[in-house]
Amino acid sequence: MARRTLRVQLGLTRTMEAPKFAAMDAFDVIVVGGGHAGVEAAGAAARMGARTLLATHRLDTIGEMSCNPAIGGLAKGQLVREVDALDGLMGRTIDRAGIQFRVLNRSKGPAVRGPRAQADRRLYKKAMAELLGEQPDLEIRAAAVEDLLLDDKGAVRGILTVDGTAWRAPAVVITTGTFLRGIIHVGEAQTPAGRVGDRPAIGLADSFRQIGFAMGRLKTGTPPRLDGRTIRWDGLEAQPGDDPPVPFSYLTSGIETPQVVCHITGTTAESHALIRSHLHRAPLYSGQIRGTGPRYCPSIEDKVVRFADRDRHQIFLEPEGLDDPTVYPNGISTSLPEEVQTELLKTIPGLEEAVMLRPGYAIEYDFIDPRELWPSLETRRVPGLFLAGQINGTTGYEEAAGQGLLAGINAALRVADHEPFVLDRADGYIGVMVDDLVTLGTTEPYRMFTSRAEYRLLLRADNADQRLTPKGLALGCVGGERARRYADRMARLEKGRRLLEGLSATPSELRRRGMQVNLDGVARGGPDLLARPGVTLAKLAEIWPALGEMPADVAEQLEIESLYAGYIERQKADIVAFRRDEALEIPADLDYGLVPGLSTEVREKLVRARPATLGQAARLSGVTPAALTALLGHVRRREDRLSA
Amino acid sequence: MEKDQSTVFAPASGAGPAGVAVIRISGPASGAALYRLCQCELPPPRRLARVQVSDPVSGNVLDDGLAAWFPAPASFTGEDVVELHIHGGRAVLDAVLDALGRCPGLEPAEPGAFTRRAFENGKLDLTAAEGLADLVTAETEGQRRQALRQMQGELGRLYEAWRQRLLENLAHLEAAIDFSDEDLPGDLADCIRVDVGKLLKEVDGHLADGHRGERLRDGFHVAILGPPNVGKSSLLNRLARREAAIVAETAGTTRDVIEVHLDLGGYPVVLADTAGLRDSDDLVEAEGVRRAALRGRESDLRVVVLDASDWPEIDPPTRDMMDGEAVVVVNKIDLGEPKPPLLIGDQTVHPVSALTGEGFDGLLERLTTTVAERLAEGGAPALTRARHRRALENCRAALGRYLDAGADELAAEDLRLAVRALGRVTGRVDVEDLLDVIFRDFCIGK
Repeated sequence: MARRTLRVQLGLTRTMEAPKFAAMDAFDVIVVGGGHAGVEAAGAAARMGARTLLATHRLDTIGEMSCNPAIGGLAKGQLVREVDALDGLMGRTIDRAGIQFRVLNRSKGPAVRGPRAQADRRLYKKAMAELLGEQPDLEIRAAAVEDLLLDDKGAVRGILTVDGTAWRAPAVVITTGTFLRGIIHVGEAQTPAGRVGDRPAIGLADSFRQIGFAMGRLKTGTPPRLDGRTIRWDGLEAQPGDDPPVPFSYLTSGIETPQVVCHITGTTAESHALIRSHLHRAPLYSGQIRGTGPRYCPSIEDKVVRFADRDRHQIFLEPEGLDDPTVYPNGISTSLPEEVQTELLKTIPGLEEAVMLRPGYAIEYDFIDPRELWPSLETRRVPGLFLAGQINGTTGYEEAAGQGLLAGINAALRVADHEPFVLDRADGYIGVMVDDLVTLGTTEPYRMFTSRAEYRLLLRADNADQRLTPKGLALGCVGGERARRYADRMARLEKGRRLLEGLSATPSELRRRGMQVNLDGVARGGPDLLARPGVTLAKLAEIWPALGEMPADVAEQLEIESLYAGYIERQKADIVAFRRDEALEIPADLDYGLVPGLSTEVREKLVRARPATLGQAARLSGVTPAALTALLGHVRRREDRLSA
Repeated sequence: MEKDQSTVFAPASGAGPAGVAVIRISGPASGAALYRLCQCELPPPRRLARVQVSDPVSGNVLDDGLAAWFPAPASFTGEDVVELHIHGGRAVLDAVLDALGRCPGLEPAEPGAFTRRAFENGKLDLTAAEGLADLVTAETEGQRRQALRQMQGELGRLYEAWRQRLLENLAHLEAAIDFSDEDLPGDLADCIRVDVGKLLKEVDGHLADGHRGERLRDGFHVAILGPPNVGKSSLLNRLARREAAIVAETAGTTRDVIEVHLDLGGYPVVLADTAGLRDSDDLVEAEGVRRAALRGRESDLRVVVLDASDWPEIDPPTRDMMDGEAVVVVNKIDLGEPKPPLLIGDQTVHPVSALTGEGFDGLLERLTTTVAERLAEGGAPALTRARHRRALENCRAALGRYLDAGADELAAEDLRLAVRALGRVTGRVDVEDLLDVIFRDFCIGK
């Protein structure tokens, strides 16, 4: 077999020695699982030039949306843009499959707006299959994976399928979602399954336990699915999408799928009484489910108990497809018995006659404590083994996609013997998420919120490309078309910025134009004026007509930049301090027993978390400033000794 | 292999012979040390037990005493702690400390080691630890009361309560941002604004306390000012009842600032003698005059001394120091006529003689009353350290910006900075706190 090379670009002046893939391995990277983490991992590894295998138990579920039929939202929309900025698949896929696009928080500032779209489930899978099909170096095979192949040093060497086939690769990414010892609960009935209709992965869960990974158990739920043809739509509140729809991907110029309207209904006092009288049959309350569920996505029984004073809970009726009558009633995820679910629907306006296609269910599954991972998403225990998605305790397609992308890139880098690619909290939401996971672990399914990001004003959906595409270009995971589009956009932006910065006017000129400024004789520059409340580029174009010719995307960028300019200056100072702490690396082999002055409790926390940097150690709960000082002193002294 | 967490010991009572001395042992090996020294089972937790302390090697009896056992985490340091109460003679103490030093795994504690362990184990927050340090070094009754209140967490609780309130407001604002498509109360933003406005007023009030707590901790500064050779140093000496400043007949003897520390009615006072205020060509003296004027301006209280024999000339540099709060003293009344008036403008004059001590009772009483008024502990705990003041000023600035901010995400940014500033005082900052409040207060989730 011919030697392969990894495509790596590091700007124009530096060249990198071509990395080598061992010829004896059948693949460079194997990705197990075809969900939202798996497809991004496989796509990214292949874009990096690694010969990649995507192994999934069923080809027809690649890109399946097993929960609600929507992509994006607050903070999640930012994640999708970041995945897209690194040439990932999710943004381009939803742009081909979205049937209602809406930017959430339009009334608030751009830093907290989140693009969201309802998807046609079938179109989404189709679009994903097309994109994967176009990707060179990527092979997709149907196989149920039973076990990992490890060498005598404990490093990963490949996978073993249920039918006994072994595939070898020096890097393996596991993205098996909720399939590890999954159990589905509908009322008192329990079925082992990874998703309705799919077997759970038990062999793999046992392997992880045998290797010694710390594991936990989580739960999540879904609502029943309804036949939209039996819903009484008239009288329900309608929610239209944005016109024109705003696409996710920087590569998409316009949305071509037909757009639909969504509807909103809600529970009634009658619904709540019904739920209360059947609580003892909900696995959540009978003690049948022990895993921890997410606080932000409670089941309807949870909501009725915890917020007893509410007489209505909202339900969004989300269509699953253009020619699919299935409707996803977002807001009533439940594990009540099937017959109670049927009764419940009768108490909800519009759903009185609705036919339930499938009951809602709760699923319990194993996850691996993400503190087992490096920030590259490689496991600390098994070199070459990467984990991404729900297996790490997260929830949501977007969170899974972000991890998958990062794991795929790092799997390819590892095979090529390169330094891992790590994003920090100031780089993007992906960095915030991975840092939270590997530093703090999680006790509930982890979902992204904008409030998790300290540098929220910088980590916006509108500038994901400026934050991440240059990094992707340097890595080699960004394709030629995106590179061209990015260069074009940057050139347009630069031209716009120069034009704005070159303008200035005296206070009296501005007064004549109807702008209230102090007559202090000091000329005002374009960016200063744009930063004033209520001043838009269109308004400035009345003074300087050249501004009116600026492309819409450039005008928008300039307005956002000036809106946040003052705050971002301050955040940048914070980031400098943050990165200083992040730059102080704690050696992976540090013996915390030798650090003087650490309490037993702090020591145990540090040993368990093994923080990679001082900054990460500081974010652990219970690690005190005094302990950090002790740690800092010890690491410095150790460095001195080693360099002496 | 990992080394065990060390066990440390030290006398917890003061130096010098006393009836009883207390030795504290903290760490995982403290229970074993008690067994080795006393050959007894661990007594029930937090009960004193009679023990015989022997040398673990020779078996010689060292003393007869009491022992208390505080198993982790319910102890001062949060670790296993043993306290030995033995007789306070130097030889007994040395013998027992020596015996402890020979127990495996035990080492003498560095200064502050117990407090540090208590802090690291979360038994004290930063303000409580600072209060404890102040309590140990308190010299006056007022300092002791303040330090105790702080160590008991009064200041920490005040800041923590503010932080908690801000955190709730921030969480509600964050909920409006992160969960805007949920059913949230419509008046959320207004409620937050009202409460943050109130809180800002409270922080303002706390900051506008005339530096009471810091003065109580570090001393209330009183400067003695006046023209040369009016007897300022003699006045200081009389007040301090000892020869602290050099007193000589030549004008301009005191060229730098000389300080003495006094306990006036339980409050710590730093009394400073300064160079005489006059225009001078002597470079050294001119510098002394400059420093004196500076000290006068920075002090909490000025005592302006005038000369009874030189009455009633008052030079401009001295007159500048005679503001409404200054205490005006006319010295050398032993030199006779003319008698000074009882008032200069509307300021009471204290006629005294530093030589004979005449009039000092009245002057001392006036000073004590003034200090007590300015330092009296009110209902609210006082700011005690500049570190706290800085953090609170940052908090106030951020809250002020919050009230001006337009967009929700900018308002949230300012509230976040305000919460962080308060967290810097008590040592607490956590994103999870925020999410806890959001999910407790609102029904979030579809």
